Amino acid sequence: MAQTQHPQGVFAPWDDPAEKPIIRFQSVSKHFGDFTAIDDLTLDIYSREFFALLGPSGCGKTTLMRMLAGFEAPSEGTILLDDKDIAAVPPNQRAVNMMFQSYALFPHLNVHDNIAFGLKRSSMPKTEIPARVDEMLRLTRLEKFAKRKPHQISGGQRQRVALARSLAKAPKLLLLDEPLGALDKKLRNDTQFELMDIQERTGTTFVIVTHDQEEAMTVASRIAVMDEGRIVQVDTPDRIYETPNAVYVADFIGDVNLVHGKLHNDDQGRPSVHWGEGRTPIVGSMMDPAPAGTEVHFAVRPEKINIGTERPRDVTNCVRGKILDIAYLGNISTYHVELPSGEVFKAQATNSRRIARRSFTWEDTVWLWWSDTAGIILTR
Amino acid sequence: MTGRFSWFNATSLTFGFVFLYLPMLILIIFSFNESRLVTVWAGFSTKWYGELFQNEAFLDAAWVTLKVAFWSSTFATVLGTIAAYVMVRSGRFLGRTLFSGMIYAPLVMPEVITGLSLLLFFIAIGMDRGATTIILAHTTFSMCYVSVVVSSRLASFDRSLEEAALDLGCTPFDAFFSVTLPIIAPAVISGWLLAFTLSLDDLVIASFTTGPSSTTLPIKIFSAVRLGVSPEINALSTIMIGLVTIGVISASLASRGLIARREKEERLAQK
Amino acid sequence: MTKLRRFILIFVPYSWLVILFLVPFGIVLKISLSDIAIARPPYTPILDLSTGWAGFKEYLSQLDFENFVFLAEDRLYFLAYLSSLKIALISTVLTLIVGYPIAYGMAKAPNHWRPTLMMLVILPFWTSFLIRVYAWMGILSQEGFLNQFLLWTGLTSAPLTILNTDIAVYIGIVYTYLPFMILPIYATLEKLDDSLIEAAEDLGCSRLSAFWLVTAPLSKPGVIAGCFLVFIPALGEFVIPSLLGGSDTIMIGKVLWDEFFSNRDWPVASAVAIILLLLLVIPIILFQRNEQKNREANQ
Repeated sequence: MAQTQHPQGVFAPWDDPAEKPIIRFQSVSKHFGDFTAIDDLTLDIYSREFFALLGPSGCGKTTLMRMLAGFEAPSEGTILLDDKDIAAVPPNQRAVNMMFQSYALFPHLNVHDNIAFGLKRSSMPKTEIPARVDEMLRLTRLEKFAKRKPHQISGGQRQRVALARSLAKAPKLLLLDEPLGALDKKLRNDTQFELMDIQERTGTTFVIVTHDQEEAMTVASRIAVMDEGRIVQVDTPDRIYETPNAVYVADFIGDVNLVHGKLHNDDQGRPSVHWGEGRTPIVGSMMDPAPAGTEVHFAVRPEKINIGTERPRDVTNCVRGKILDIAYLGNISTYHVELPSGEVFKAQATNSRRIARRSFTWEDTVWLWWSDTAGIILTR
Repeated sequence: MTGRFSWFNATSLTFGFVFLYLPMLILIIFSFNESRLVTVWAGFSTKWYGELFQNEAFLDAAWVTLKVAFWSSTFATVLGTIAAYVMVRSGRFLGRTLFSGMIYAPLVMPEVITGLSLLLFFIAIGMDRGATTIILAHTTFSMCYVSVVVSSRLASFDRSLEEAALDLGCTPFDAFFSVTLPIIAPAVISGWLLAFTLSLDDLVIASFTTGPSSTTLPIKIFSAVRLGVSPEINALSTIMIGLVTIGVISASLASRGLIARREKEERLAQK
Repeated sequence: MTKLRRFILIFVPYSWLVILFLVPFGIVLKISLSDIAIARPPYTPILDLSTGWAGFKEYLSQLDFENFVFLAEDRLYFLAYLSSLKIALISTVLTLIVGYPIAYGMAKAPNHWRPTLMMLVILPFWTSFLIRVYAWMGILSQEGFLNQFLLWTGLTSAPLTILNTDIAVYIGIVYTYLPFMILPIYATLEKLDDSLIEAAEDLGCSRLSAFWLVTAPLSKPGVIAGCFLVFIPALGEFVIPSLLGGSDTIMIGKVLWDEFFSNRDWPVASAVAIILLLLLVIPIILFQRNEQKNREANQ
């Protein structure tokens, strides 16, 4: 999480009932012929947020963004920007700017003119435009490239021109459609931090569309995970990761072990998952209690599972299996462990010792265990 | 095979280009013939060029042809560009199939039919035939060629460029003129050139739609040529071939120069 | 507002084409069903809207297929259609034979040569069609260059009559439509990966059989497109048969022209046009299908 630490505390306007959202989607649906791209969606986004819409392609995230920009109109429901319905406002009159996935830099204009393009069509006096353009060039470190055409600069520089151009008019809201998709991995990491820095300095509300969960986790103050036109979960990155509310979210973000079973509540109301005859039920935490007997999934992250040759004492959740595969990733290794019943668990361990001194290898029988609160029980 | 020509390819190309160019070369050489006989060389002379420029009828016809070609290609470019835009951007509308049919039909329609139908139409509405009717006729069939050229460019046009312009505060009109048009300009210009050439070249449609007052150069050439070859026509042909050659070569050199410059700039940018 | 703008954008070119393409075509259809008359305009009936619905019905009842019956019964027209088809077909095959090696040579030429060769093929296309046909008149005539050359080499003892025969028409069509054949074939051959040929030779093909088994089938879409691009306009050709052809060279475009300008028989000329169009419908539809298939294959 990379949010500004406000003097009064953590930046979390969504927890403050007095805070008014800048954007409100109210039961918005969008149909294209028979296809429903957005299905009865309600969502609030707050000022100065860095909000990520995350999901696989075709989940409706881009449609949602295009409705904010004004290129699509909702079929049902309303979108409010600062409490005003924006359905009737054409894109060129919205205080919203967009950074396109392809960057959409005008090939016939140089960098300076690309950035000035929007300003020339705003109420800004002509004499003030050069100063504003220079300011944007400085912000994005493009001063040296002002006279170049888009095809004369590198991919990373193009990305910054696109950002500068969409920020030049100081929009209330900036939309970023897969802004880093065209960059290679290393450049992408650097640019993520640059984006966050610029967002903080300009105080603009950013809405980013991405299919890259790592990117969303890095930059966003909150993430909305989408699937088939619906929002599955909206929360801060840490909560999305630690307490997903659905198998879909747990599976989409990071790596996860999933076990299917039936819910059991003991005398104190502690939930556990029965997952087969003769096996010790798995204990985990649960956000919304459900009646016993409900079909549930137990989800636990590989890095929360410990691996060892000896059976540990005083743990409830413990299974034994054979090492099927080891994926060595340098700093960590992922072990694929097959239980006698056939399920495969993934466990991660840091390689604090050199590889030759590892105490277990392929075909070894090992124990896996995790704490009572490490995993989460999900009803959907 | 990027090194050199194989003997087979070299032979077929040589024969092919000799076949394509020799007739025109002979035509040009004999425009400088002293004799009226176009097939027997009798010494070098430029007298047929002189006679050509004395010939009022040819000069008038040339002027009419240029006027018709200029206006019809200009109208055709405007209409054809709009039509291409409609075809690529407007999605579905009532009668879209008919519309695209009407765009493509004139491309394959024999000229005799186009000419006949337009003539019968002008007669039916009682319109006097002359330069105006030729311009209308040429505009109609050229706009289809223009729209094919422009729509193939528009189809590969990144639509988000227009959306970006709208997003940055352009009206749709402004977005078209300040973003779309400058980018598709090369296609629009080649559409105009194509329309201009088609109009310059056209004999059949012009013959049907013209009136007694306006004769175009192809009509003039056709009626002269029907009686047999003549050195004056050779001279006229040479001038026309020369102009086209200069035009095409310089256009191609210009575009190659542009590509080379762009490549150089790109190399520069990567430093 | 956007609706209005969209409407205007569609309306302008749409109505232009309706008025100057569809309506004239309807008039041709109408006149083809009328009878010749010595009047201005030289056909009856003439639609008089002032007589109202009854007048319109009366008008409709006077239209008939008489001209088409006439065309079907008169052997001249039937032969004209047949000979147009024959000439177009033979010229298309000849153009393919001449054009394929050129396209192949271009595609296999060194990379830096290709733009120049391309320009050399396109250049004649920009030059006047009429002039290119005219150029052959001086070559093919009795005392023309071809005969001078043949006599000089001793291949013939007396000048051949080529001008004003079907052969001259074939030469004219091959010459003027050659770029239409070369360009689509070149486009498919140029995309062809050289390693395919190498693979075929590696698998035991000779040069020639590699060509037959790999290059030729893969260039088929270009060959088909080129053939249609030559065949369709050749079928309705007027200039070439009237300048290079003889009095016994009958092509439908020329028949239509004569019917209209010499005989002033508008109804028959219109009927000839309608039948020419019907003749063209099949190749045009086949051509469209081929193009569609190529587009889908390229995606």
